[in-house]
Amino acid sequence: MHNMKTENNTTQVMEPFKGFSKETLSKFEEIKTHFPAGKEQSAIIRMLHLAQIEIGWLSTEGMNEVAKALNIEPIEVYEVATFYTMFHLNPVGKHVFEVCRTGPCMLVGSDKIIEYIQKKLAIEVGGTSADGMFTLKTVECLGACGYGPVIQCNYKFHQHLTLEKVDELIDAYRSGIIENS
Amino acid sequence: MKNRKLLLEHIDLPGIETFDVYRKSGGYRSVEKSLNTMTPDEVVEEVKKSGLRGRGGAGFPTGMKWSFLAKPEGVPRYLVCNADESEPGTFKDRYLMEKNPHLLIEGMITSSYALGANTSYIYVRGEYMYILTILEKAIAEAYKNGFLGKNILGKGYDLDIYVAPGAGAYICGEETALLESLEGKRGNPRIKPPFPAVKGLWGCPTVVNNVETLVAVVPIVNEGGEAYASIGIGKSTGTKLISACGNVVRPGVYEIEMGVSVEEFIYGDDYCQGIANNKKLKACVPGGSSVPILPHYLVTKTAAGENRLMTYESLAEGGFVSGSMLGSGGFIVFDEDQCIVRNTWNFTRFYAHESCGQCSPCREGTGWMEKVLNRLESGQGNIRDIDLLAEINKKIEGNTICPLGDAAAWPVAAAIRHFREEFEWHVTNSDEALKRNFGLSKELIMA
Repeated sequence: MHNMKTENNTTQVMEPFKGFSKETLSKFEEIKTHFPAGKEQSAIIRMLHLAQIEIGWLSTEGMNEVAKALNIEPIEVYEVATFYTMFHLNPVGKHVFEVCRTGPCMLVGSDKIIEYIQKKLAIEVGGTSADGMFTLKTVECLGACGYGPVIQCNYKFHQHLTLEKVDELIDAYRSGIIENS
Repeated sequence: MKNRKLLLEHIDLPGIETFDVYRKSGGYRSVEKSLNTMTPDEVVEEVKKSGLRGRGGAGFPTGMKWSFLAKPEGVPRYLVCNADESEPGTFKDRYLMEKNPHLLIEGMITSSYALGANTSYIYVRGEYMYILTILEKAIAEAYKNGFLGKNILGKGYDLDIYVAPGAGAYICGEETALLESLEGKRGNPRIKPPFPAVKGLWGCPTVVNNVETLVAVVPIVNEGGEAYASIGIGKSTGTKLISACGNVVRPGVYEIEMGVSVEEFIYGDDYCQGIANNKKLKACVPGGSSVPILPHYLVTKTAAGENRLMTYESLAEGGFVSGSMLGSGGFIVFDEDQCIVRNTWNFTRFYAHESCGQCSPCREGTGWMEKVLNRLESGQGNIRDIDLLAEINKKIEGNTICPLGDAAAWPVAAAIRHFREEFEWHVTNSDEALKRNFGLSKELIMA
């Protein structure tokens, strides 16, 4: 076991990375077949999603394994991973609340939702709650503008949010009623 | 005006996401018709006749785009569906794919046949991961039922469709950035020419079309291009999906016949049903965050006093002086309580965040605009800041590889053009601006 610094400097105990599961590795191979021979690098983004689902974030070790699976240099993986905002390049809590902050959501009150979560979980945007359960991030448009305010949490959408619904949501995640997808 | 539904006709049919129900409701007829009775060129011809224009935002004629596709011997051609839907205010493709995935698969098969593509990709934004699952399920069913794979309908045509996700990048909705991303790289737009029609995916001729565009090919092939073109007004043919959001009573995705009046769309019972909470309309961004904002007095009427219609031409009437654009159909409505400065700052922050960083005018300019707007919004602004924004705008617009720079510049220019007094008020009454919003402009108060 070793200690990792999360984005707001709370210390979490993490399992050392021992390589991807057999299922993930076989999914890697399957995705590569979607592209012509020699063009397997096209699989990288989907592989990074799978890597992140398994590790919880994209650690250097994890990205290096993806590089190996694609037979490319690690730097080529870092280049891609650092471009896309869905990839967490630092450890995060078990559940990552990504709150849309863009115009259409702001028009229907996303600012209040962000402020409320900060208070309730006693964290800043980008921070992780002391129990390691929640990380709060703000993101740009999630393409759910008619259903705002919106949170995406580990690929699940939670829409038409109110402060009461945020309370329910946090309780549901805490008690395990909602599982990560 | 009657309200014909070509794309959303069966959207609420229980089980429509399954092959069996979709097929029973008339699904995959366009594949049968095109493969059994038409040459690929005849399909292209119908699409040309239909007047269909790209539904992602640019509005370029689809048939013409298809006819540009280079066809060198022995080089594969690709059709790529742009399901990156990332223009703020736009959520129509999500709705369509989530509820009726087979309709997109059908549109892709028919379109791939027309273009002579044997492998096609759907690039779905990473946030829509659940839709990737829905689409892959529909694709598997299509294979099982002989509409994908080798020798489709025994006609000797082979097609594979794969879905690939993005991972959070607005810029990947730009077609060359999308292709870079699909090749497993950073989403940096390419310099054009060469256009994707000549050198696209992996350097091969490629057509990139929006979800809604490809879906519209289904009724065009089924009913004929002329029948499609008979709907709408002038060069705005057929139907369009509009995703309405912001301060309306009933936000959501609506299929309109081109030519419905903006007034009917905002206030009509079949559509948005008016402004929420009995408020007044302050402004509208009719085509996604990149298009110019219209003040309330230019939303339902043009500057010339004519009824504003939901068409490419009518929404653009008056150019950038008093018009806007149909764009992606992301229809964002602002009520009287909304602050234009804050909203302009918010949108600019979006573009600053999403700039890929390749071109200095966009990378630096969006950041500067964001800082200046933030200053104005938080009561720290100077009256010169307003003209400074216009200056930065001019330095971005037209000076970048891709249209993100323009998309960032236009909303700021339009906001200042129509709401200058509100920007000035943020400077001259900065203490009050921190406490309350400006409200409506004088024109409506006097009206």
